[in-house]
Amino acid sequence: MNTVEVKNVTFRYRTGQGVDDVTFQAAPGELLGIVGPNSAGKSTLLRLLSKVVAPERGRILIGGRDLCTLPRTALAQRVAVVPQEFHVAFPFRVAEVVLMGRYPHAGGSAWESDRDRSVAQAALEATGIPDLAARRMDELSGGERQLVSIARALAQEASILLLDEPTAHLDLRHQGIVLEILLRHHREGRGTTILVSHDLNLAAEHCDRLLLLARGRVRVLGRPEEVITEEHLVPAYGCPVTVERHPVSGRPRVQGILNQRGNHGTVSHHSPDAREAGRSE
Amino acid sequence: MKAGVTLPEVAGWRSVPILCLAALLLIGLLLSVMVGSFPVAPREAVRALLTGGANDPVVAVVRQIRLPRAILAGMVGAALALAGLGFQAISRNPLADPTVLGVSSGASFGVVIAMLLGLAGPFGNPAVVTLFAFAGALLAAVSVYAIAQVDGRLPITTLLLSGVIVGLFFTSCVMLITALLAANELQGVIFWLMGNLAPTGGRTLAVLALVLLIGAAVLARQAARLNLLALGEEQALQLGVEAERVKRSVFVAASLITGAAISAAGSIGFVGLIVPHAARLLLGPDNRRLIPAAALLGAAFLILADLLARIVMAPAELPVGVITSFCGAPLFVYLLRSRRGGESI
Repeated sequence: MNTVEVKNVTFRYRTGQGVDDVTFQAAPGELLGIVGPNSAGKSTLLRLLSKVVAPERGRILIGGRDLCTLPRTALAQRVAVVPQEFHVAFPFRVAEVVLMGRYPHAGGSAWESDRDRSVAQAALEATGIPDLAARRMDELSGGERQLVSIARALAQEASILLLDEPTAHLDLRHQGIVLEILLRHHREGRGTTILVSHDLNLAAEHCDRLLLLARGRVRVLGRPEEVITEEHLVPAYGCPVTVERHPVSGRPRVQGILNQRGNHGTVSHHSPDAREAGRSE
Repeated sequence: MKAGVTLPEVAGWRSVPILCLAALLLIGLLLSVMVGSFPVAPREAVRALLTGGANDPVVAVVRQIRLPRAILAGMVGAALALAGLGFQAISRNPLADPTVLGVSSGASFGVVIAMLLGLAGPFGNPAVVTLFAFAGALLAAVSVYAIAQVDGRLPITTLLLSGVIVGLFFTSCVMLITALLAANELQGVIFWLMGNLAPTGGRTLAVLALVLLIGAAVLARQAARLNLLALGEEQALQLGVEAERVKRSVFVAASLITGAAISAAGSIGFVGLIVPHAARLLLGPDNRRLIPAAALLGAAFLILADLLARIVMAPAELPVGVITSFCGAPLFVYLLRSRRGGESI
């Protein structure tokens, strides 16, 4: 039921960005990372998987069912998305926002049931924020907001979780908290998790397999040690990198080299497409 | 466990504040039939409302003059409040309101067109005038949103600016048409333009009541989905909401009830801004509570504002729009300056 199949999918925005003939599969229980430089098509892929945009060519199957024929609420029962940024327009309380995750199950009926409430309560506890339940969203810090966003996604009880840079705007402590919650949920739930990240080292450390996208195309799909290599990363990012092993986990670790100035930085911050970083993918 | 209790307390229906608002509406209604050049004692007013009587002057004043006016004010207030709430939910901004968005001016334009064609007035059909007002409101609303949209988003600055521009344009159209009207029609138009809650007959009330019911029903049906729109359109889609369809139906419903309110009582500004804001302070932003609350509070607010307009300069009468604008303009400034209102969405 939790298999995600993407078959020869092509989609382009009017700006020309998008994805081109992408094919991959995520198996039940797998943690798949989608990595690549800015405007490689990572977020586009997530928007395709959550039916925000429809493919021009190719098919997407969720648990064997074509996304085109799957009603939106039925899809939302299977696929939950944690977006990159989480802003709520009016001063809703945390509990109300988490309960919004029950919409695909409540089916638009006037008020959520007791079961909806207990699921929302469990989601608040799983993310460690039951004390925030009565707080207003506009009073929260960025890290707390992201935890609410995850709790809302967990309340959806979907077996497939799509994460778009879930730690991008967080400080070190909250990065750790968020990552821990997500990994624990993934291990316990046996669901399928797809993680889009700029952070190659984070993705290499935790994902079962990685999909490297560049300019909308799949460059390579495989285990982290097969993907995080100079052979694949240098052409994808257009800059020199060094790859080494993590001393503890043995997973690959990468660093970009800025040869002009001679200083070092991680690849994600110095990609050749940095000038395009402001644009959405 | 404390946390286990907080969840139901925060989210869900709340009867007490809603009942308080209903009580406020009843008090407003009672006050408005008591106060005037011919004062009526509370007990007398209740008796006149409940029992009636053939040749009783108190009954005549209460039932034939003051009650229809209060009912008109109540329905117009509820309509404008719901319209504001609808526009705010779909534009994700508490500043959206039929006046600010120029939708009221568009509706006024529709009404004066109907007047120019001789469709309004004592022999006209209020449903036809409402239809014209609706068309004008929809035209203005579509223009404002089309102008304001940037890459599928609605930044508040462009939304407000295009609202001002569209509003000014339709106001000019109204002035152009009033210049074309005959002198004997002019006084009625000007009186109506200023916002006028003088009773206009049973048919007007019936049309307004029907349209208000339809509009409120559409909004109530979409209430839960409107909540999810607050997360942004993309996330609403990802949660299973057909965002575009919801927005379109609320957009049409809000334009429709704006048109009905304006054609019945002329332009009364800022009710759609003040009332939803107050209701939100009282009950939080959940539209399932907010829709009944805004309707009740809008009705009570305009009945009381009209009462005030009748007594501050008695025996002369102030246009009720003066009162609502004196409340609404400062609130608008406050909301614009406060962080939440000024944020681009």
